[in-house]
Amino acid sequence: MAALYPNHIPITKLSRILLAGSSAVAALRNPYRDDMVAVCSETTACNALEHMRGRMLDDETGRRILNEQPRVNSSTVDLKLLRALPESTLGRQYVNMLNKYNITPDSRRDVKFVDDPELAFVLQRYRETHDFNHLLLGQRTNLRGEVAVKWFEAIQTFLPMCWMAAVGGTTRLSRKRRLRLLQQDLPWIIPTAKSCQFFMNIYFEERLDQDIDDLRDEMKIYLPHS
Amino acid sequence: MAMGMANNLRFVSRLKALRCFEPLTILKRNAGTQTTNPEITHFGFKNVTVKEKPKKVNEVFDRVAGNYDLMNDVMSAGIHRLWKDRLITVLNPCDKTKLLDCAGGTGDISFRFIKRVKLQHDCPEPNVTVCDINPNMLEVGRRRAETQNLHLKWVCCSADDLCFPDASFNAYTIAFGIRNCTHIDKVLKEAHRVLEPGGRFLCLEFSEVENPYLRNLYNTYSFQVIPVMGEVISGDWKSYQYLAESIRKFPSRSQFSQMMRDAGFQSVSCESLLFGVCSIHSGFKL
Repeated sequence: MAALYPNHIPITKLSRILLAGSSAVAALRNPYRDDMVAVCSETTACNALEHMRGRMLDDETGRRILNEQPRVNSSTVDLKLLRALPESTLGRQYVNMLNKYNITPDSRRDVKFVDDPELAFVLQRYRETHDFNHLLLGQRTNLRGEVAVKWFEAIQTFLPMCWMAAVGGTTRLSRKRRLRLLQQDLPWIIPTAKSCQFFMNIYFEERLDQDIDDLRDEMKIYLPHS
Repeated sequence: MAMGMANNLRFVSRLKALRCFEPLTILKRNAGTQTTNPEITHFGFKNVTVKEKPKKVNEVFDRVAGNYDLMNDVMSAGIHRLWKDRLITVLNPCDKTKLLDCAGGTGDISFRFIKRVKLQHDCPEPNVTVCDINPNMLEVGRRRAETQNLHLKWVCCSADDLCFPDASFNAYTIAFGIRNCTHIDKVLKEAHRVLEPGGRFLCLEFSEVENPYLRNLYNTYSFQVIPVMGEVISGDWKSYQYLAESIRKFPSRSQFSQMMRDAGFQSVSCESLLFGVCSIHSGFKL
């Protein structure tokens, strides 16, 4: 098979199996190896990407996203404009988060090992909108926050890597943080994930000037009272 | 015997049916187009201009330098160490040997040379020069030499345009480097030039596996397992895919032996290692 999109590396079934297994082990041993987390998600995606695409095709905005294939990176998101937005907007919260954790919109790796260009876009879109899920769910980028977001994404997307990260990440937390996750976070995150709008059907680039609480209400995400 | 062959063929066709045993398909599909245009050469299975190739090879070695030794150990399960030991055994150096280790990057051959000469000939300062076109590989070698307290000369230059006078060495080695060179014939001519009369040329390089069943297994391992190792250990699939492809584009044992004779070497011979996975080519300047 020839390369179907930039960065595409076609691989055989044997390579896919070996890569899936070894990247999963590497990612579980060292969760900061974001390249292995990325490779694991691509090689284990299986039917989850088709499920995600199906949910997008069932929605008018989802269909538009699939058609236009927007990317979230420093050339498509004007950080200067976002800094000028009111504090309560999604865009301002986004740029505050980037500054606080010293990350950029370009931090996400390009998809390489998905053999369908549209499904590769779906996975790329998931990667690039992950930061917005942190904001919508009010979760920090520490381990407990990441695990909480992964539970949400696992239920919504069915991606095996999300399930691995959710379960594996839960076991890696300290006892105290694990109890907080299980007793405080998951009791509202799990029902929210099942009932709220599919996050892949939100055209985030068009909502950057929207009040984040309004967007949460629209998506039926209700944060617990602190 | 016939029953045994029939069983073997059924085994291979079952493996092919699993569709994970695709080495020949990969080779046929991706072997690149042959060209007689002198401005075009191969970079793995891709065709590139002769001007582009050194830059592309340099980029590969910039990327792999940091994990080069670890990857060699992982890919060959440590067997590359035995091949390099064998190269030094064949060289059989003494205290009068002046070695040029070309494309010697991280120092595997030169360190073995020094240790062998010190041990067997009680020579305090064996004469060895390492040259490589890639400064990052040389830097890795320098740091390794410091930790082992070894003293040798490090020179950054290209194997097809060496910066040494004629007849300045009596031994020349190049291990797993010549297949990355754009002009193998020029490398051989330069090697001949810098050797003294009586000097020996030794090249350790990947080769072709003769046995068809072992060859299929080797191809599967090269194209479908090694790049996975590259991706997981170094985050670099493409460099290790290039490794597998560049091995397939290298001249055969007999072709390379003829190229050595064309460059002026005599008493040319070839020793096959591990069923042909690699070979040690030897020639003398008489």
